[in-house]
Amino acid sequence: MTIDADTIHHLSEVQVSVELQTEDMTLNIGPQHPSTHGVLRLVARVDGERCFDVQPVIGYMHRGYEKLSEVRTYPQVTTIINRIDWVSGYANEVPFIVAAEKLMELEVPERAQFIRLILTEMARISSHLVFNASYPLELGAATPLFFALRERERVLDLLESVTGGRFHPNFNRIGGVKPAYGSGSTTRKQLQDLPAGFLGGTRNAMEKVLESVDQLEALVADNEIILARTRGVGVLPPEVAAAYGVSGPNLRASGVPFDLRKTQDYLPYDRFDFKVVTAENGDCWDRWWVRLQEIRESAKIIQQAIDSIPSGDLQAKVPKVIKVPKGETYVRAENPKGEMGYYLVSDGGQGPYRLKIRSASFSNLSILPWILEGILVPDIIAIMGSLDFVLGDVDR
Amino acid sequence: MDLLADLFSNFWVSLGGKLLLVAMMIPLVGMVIGFAEMKLSAKMQYRVGPYFAGGRWGWAQLIADGVKFFQKEDIIPDDADRPVFKFAPILVLIGTVALLVVIPFGPSLIFRDLDVGIFYALAISSLSTIGILMAGWSSANKYSLIGGLRAAGQLIAYELPLVLAVVGSVILAGTMSMQGIVEAQIEAGYPYVIFQVVGFVIFMIAALAELTRIPFDMPIAESELVMGYLTEYSGFRFLFFFLAEFANMFTMSAIAATLFLGGYWLPGIPEDVLEFAGPIILIAKVFLLVFVMIWFRWTFPRFREDQLQGLAWRWLVPLAFVNIAVTATLKVLL
Repeated sequence: MTIDADTIHHLSEVQVSVELQTEDMTLNIGPQHPSTHGVLRLVARVDGERCFDVQPVIGYMHRGYEKLSEVRTYPQVTTIINRIDWVSGYANEVPFIVAAEKLMELEVPERAQFIRLILTEMARISSHLVFNASYPLELGAATPLFFALRERERVLDLLESVTGGRFHPNFNRIGGVKPAYGSGSTTRKQLQDLPAGFLGGTRNAMEKVLESVDQLEALVADNEIILARTRGVGVLPPEVAAAYGVSGPNLRASGVPFDLRKTQDYLPYDRFDFKVVTAENGDCWDRWWVRLQEIRESAKIIQQAIDSIPSGDLQAKVPKVIKVPKGETYVRAENPKGEMGYYLVSDGGQGPYRLKIRSASFSNLSILPWILEGILVPDIIAIMGSLDFVLGDVDR
Repeated sequence: MDLLADLFSNFWVSLGGKLLLVAMMIPLVGMVIGFAEMKLSAKMQYRVGPYFAGGRWGWAQLIADGVKFFQKEDIIPDDADRPVFKFAPILVLIGTVALLVVIPFGPSLIFRDLDVGIFYALAISSLSTIGILMAGWSSANKYSLIGGLRAAGQLIAYELPLVLAVVGSVILAGTMSMQGIVEAQIEAGYPYVIFQVVGFVIFMIAALAELTRIPFDMPIAESELVMGYLTEYSGFRFLFFFLAEFANMFTMSAIAATLFLGGYWLPGIPEDVLEFAGPIILIAKVFLLVFVMIWFRWTFPRFREDQLQGLAWRWLVPLAFVNIAVTATLKVLL
């Protein structure tokens, strides 16, 4: 059955005029509200519990990163861009660095690529665990939060041990990853590597994470109330999702096996065996389920990567002052929230001439007016939470 | 001694004494249950909970919280309906205090044994919802308004199963006096829950809804309505609501314990001991039920408003009617 936006609007209007001649109430949800994930503002026209028009108002967190990156050098830009989606800061850095490397035609050492891949997947696990923590909370269950955040701590500890940062690692360098020590001069090259015990620690942590995913599934999945709140709520058909540019787990939950890790070569994902998790119905429940399964897949990728990580340099030979040759390129990557793309235009200088950031949450959020039409007020929160956006990623 | 007895036989003095006792029970019970909730939720979530206040186990945390609330500025929104806004928390608390009056703590330990005790208790228990509705309406806040109206809708939906669930016990006992129901259970030799499992379960579900606790906490619903009808309240007015919630948990559980679990009575305990052991037995049963409520609070998500209505009208009410019919039939036959 397909009901287009106009029909829903029409139906809700008819209902209102037939039942009672009541005035609509405009409900401002946000920018300060417990479950708008930051500073999103929704202007909802509601009639009692029924809401028939929701307009998201964004921009409260606009920091002008695209403009700021025009007046910074390439190494400086990473500090900005890992603050775009702060829940998975590391994953934001990689595509930008890859874009610059592509223009410079640099060959990145394999070990560095593997480290990037491992850390990116860790960022994905931590992001999805945050979602698994906050989503039941939005439905009223407080306890899963503590289970999920406790497991995230293991992953963040590992990220911290390599990069020194939990949220904003700033670890990538053009041509590789940051030397563990010093400035990368030839005399100190032997010191540039992963911290001792990292690989073993990661192996243990991944086992724990897989265990905790089972726990979370047992805790949340079979709960009648969770099912009642999420099954069939906020159904997103694949055509609509594609039309609005929705990507990532939200799109996969609608049944579209779209995963840039399988099609793009920004990191050597083709050497690993992992599934693209998809679901059929595209409702809140599926979006939750897909993210939970993706934690499993990511843990599997990390396990494989640890077993097969090659030795070698962490950085390619790069000049002291990095200048990117004239040209333009677009690198897209599968971030935890969806497709992250950087359109980089260089005029041959030390910094980007223009950097267009295509962030996943911005497009995912654009579905809100469509998906929130004609639903109940509690479902606004259930649906909004299931789309899993971060306002830093929306406003940039 | 005589002087003291004389003094207490005076109607006004004994009334004053009883009122003082009831009034003191509210903060006491509220603090004990509040502390239990903090510690139990911490246990369920791998936390420690209150730790430093009072030196050991953080036992003084709730006292410290209470003192803090009284120090806070009393903020009333400009557009608020001031008299209603101020009166709402008091009304909620009055409802709680008035409920304690008919609960028998022992064979002669009851503030007032009314002939229509349970009827009175059910009538009074809906008073607090009116307070909530007043709070929601007078706050001049849309979230508060939605919260208050949700509470009103919930009251209408759940008052019916609550009353119907009680009817089974009343039929079995043949009286509406709370004391009488306990005495009937002593006489029968078993708590009514044995034959009134359905009634008991319905009563507890409806009581959770009346108390607006998870899974029925839509009037508050932090993630949707910020704090629902409490959004604009601060300081000691907020404390009133807070205390009333916990004290209401106590009184509702006490009613359930009296109606279904035998109240202050345990099988095998002689009558003359009950005079002293009664309150302890009742409070033990009450805390068992309160524990279940806290357990639900920290393990369940929240229903949606329409699902709550569906649960009440499509399941609980018909089930309660069946329960009444079966109980009445058996009562006549046996």
